[in-house]
Amino acid sequence: MPFSLLKYGLSSDYPVEVDLPAPTELKPSYDVVIIGGGGHGLAIAYYLAKYHGITNVAVLEKSYLGSGNTARNTAVIRSNYLTSEGVRFYTESVRLFKELSNEFDFNIMYSERGQLTLAHTDATVRAFRQRAEVNKHFGGRTEMIDRQQIRELVPSLNLDPGHLPVLAGLWHIDGATARHDAVAWGYAKQAAKRGVEIHQLTEAQDFVLDGDRVSAIKTNRGTVRCGCVVQAIAGHSSLLLNKLGIRAPIHSYPLQAMVTQPFKPFLDPLVSSSALHCYVQQTSRGEVVFGGGSDPYPLYNTRSTLELKESLLAHAIEMFPFLAQAKLMRQWAGITDMTPDYSPIMGLSPLDNYYLDAGWGTWGFKATPICGKTMAELVASGGQVPELIQPFALERFSRFEQVNEMGATAASH
Amino acid sequence: MKIMPCPLNGPRNISEFTYGGEFKLMPDPNTCSDAEWADYVFNSNNLAGVVTEWWMHTASSYWFLAERHTVTDQIIRTYDPSERFSQRVEFNLPASREEEVSA
Ligand SMILES: Cc1cc2nc3c(=O)[nH]c(=O)nc-3n(C[C@H](O)[C@H](O)[C@H](O)COP(=O)(O)OP(=O)(O)OC[C@H]3O[C@@H](n4cnc5c(N)ncnc54)[C@H](O)[C@@H]3O)c2cc1C
Repeated sequence: MPFSLLKYGLSSDYPVEVDLPAPTELKPSYDVVIIGGGGHGLAIAYYLAKYHGITNVAVLEKSYLGSGNTARNTAVIRSNYLTSEGVRFYTESVRLFKELSNEFDFNIMYSERGQLTLAHTDATVRAFRQRAEVNKHFGGRTEMIDRQQIRELVPSLNLDPGHLPVLAGLWHIDGATARHDAVAWGYAKQAAKRGVEIHQLTEAQDFVLDGDRVSAIKTNRGTVRCGCVVQAIAGHSSLLLNKLGIRAPIHSYPLQAMVTQPFKPFLDPLVSSSALHCYVQQTSRGEVVFGGGSDPYPLYNTRSTLELKESLLAHAIEMFPFLAQAKLMRQWAGITDMTPDYSPIMGLSPLDNYYLDAGWGTWGFKATPICGKTMAELVASGGQVPELIQPFALERFSRFEQVNEMGATAASH
Repeated sequence: MKIMPCPLNGPRNISEFTYGGEFKLMPDPNTCSDAEWADYVFNSNNLAGVVTEWWMHTASSYWFLAERHTVTDQIIRTYDPSERFSQRVEFNLPASREEEVSA
């Protein structure tokens, strides 16, 4: 250990840095109220303060920061989507992610390992070819690889699971992970430093409407007036939309994941199988994380089920047989708001000063930076929708202009 | 295992069933606006509470209605659709559309 570090540790003037200021009373009014203190809400607050100088902002979080899906996701970051709208949007997010640790001066443990998605049928091989081309065209780094290349990349992978031999793979060099809580903390700290107020244990419960505007928000700590509102509450979007009479194509499903005891490092890339509905990755602590598809029917409850554990583990073991010996440490779930076209709902709402950041389903962590940045632009401009998120408007459903993004489904995050 | 009481087949493991979406009344496809149709096809209440929904017993292809609490996951009641529908829903194309189809 360097001597200077020891000296620093023992010194009484070790620079104590406060992460978040102590809680205060809510002010009677804010220019912008952001409902939801997950990664998205905090990112919006940060970019509003940093790029637009808007700091009379309150983030209301009913529980603690990042306690929703931000703290529950399996942290896959990638941009190998299928549609041009999707690829453009997520590619920009990946670019921003790479800079975040520097920007925060705080390590979010961004780790670029690449993501490998396995094709077990000819149809999937063809679909992957298309994805690889679309991706390259819009700036992502994705290519097709064959069995031999897969074997070299992931020696521990069983290339002939049951009746579904691996035919080829989609190799996404930009695939990465990051510490998800750290992303929320980084944004929170930097937003608070610039004057944003973050109110935990503060739930938005109802609204006061004035014509087509929300003039105030009723919370468990009193009513606050607002210039405008951004709703970023992931799995619970419908609950507030219903209070405002806004109809949306959202169904809330639990998504479960699990993690084993730690092993020595054996798996560098993130590996996912479209046919086995399972993805597997090893964390920097050595644990193996599994994720899969959503529960089979909607529910606002994060209970675990034996069925899902059984099917997910069976598929994971087919991919990595030695995991049959692994001990499961933890299993959990989050509530995800699924849309019919596997794309988010971002932008304007039928109300004048109410903005939507919803319908993030099982894929929203990777979008945190770009979502925060574009939503901040939208708010700062008083409702000019940035080009990058125009395709994701709520209105797309009544215009029958969905963004068909099956590349975002749960099995490959 | 979670048990679903099927009105036709009796109590069965819930993995034998397919969820079919919220129960909602269909507007007349021949007279409603595009917006009303889109609302019917895509939008939902997605309530946290008791909802009525379509379910199918997969093995017997039998569709029925269920009242379920979407927070506790408790199945409150299941019943045959004849309690809600007294006749078949017919989809007659309007005359002008029929021409388009055959063209
Ligand atoms: C098991 C699982 C695995 C996933 N894996 C991935 C992955 O690998 N990659 C990926 O990109 N995405 C993944 N996701 C999806 C991703 O986690 C979410 O899309 C993303 O975290 C959404 O961020 P958010 O900030 O919008 O929501 P959240 O982090 O859920 O934040 C919303 C916050 O709003 C608060 N809130 C709710 N209602 C109110 C109210 N009325 N008033 C005040 N506050 C309220 C909640 O307490 C919560 O803290 C996964 C999700 C799950 C559940």
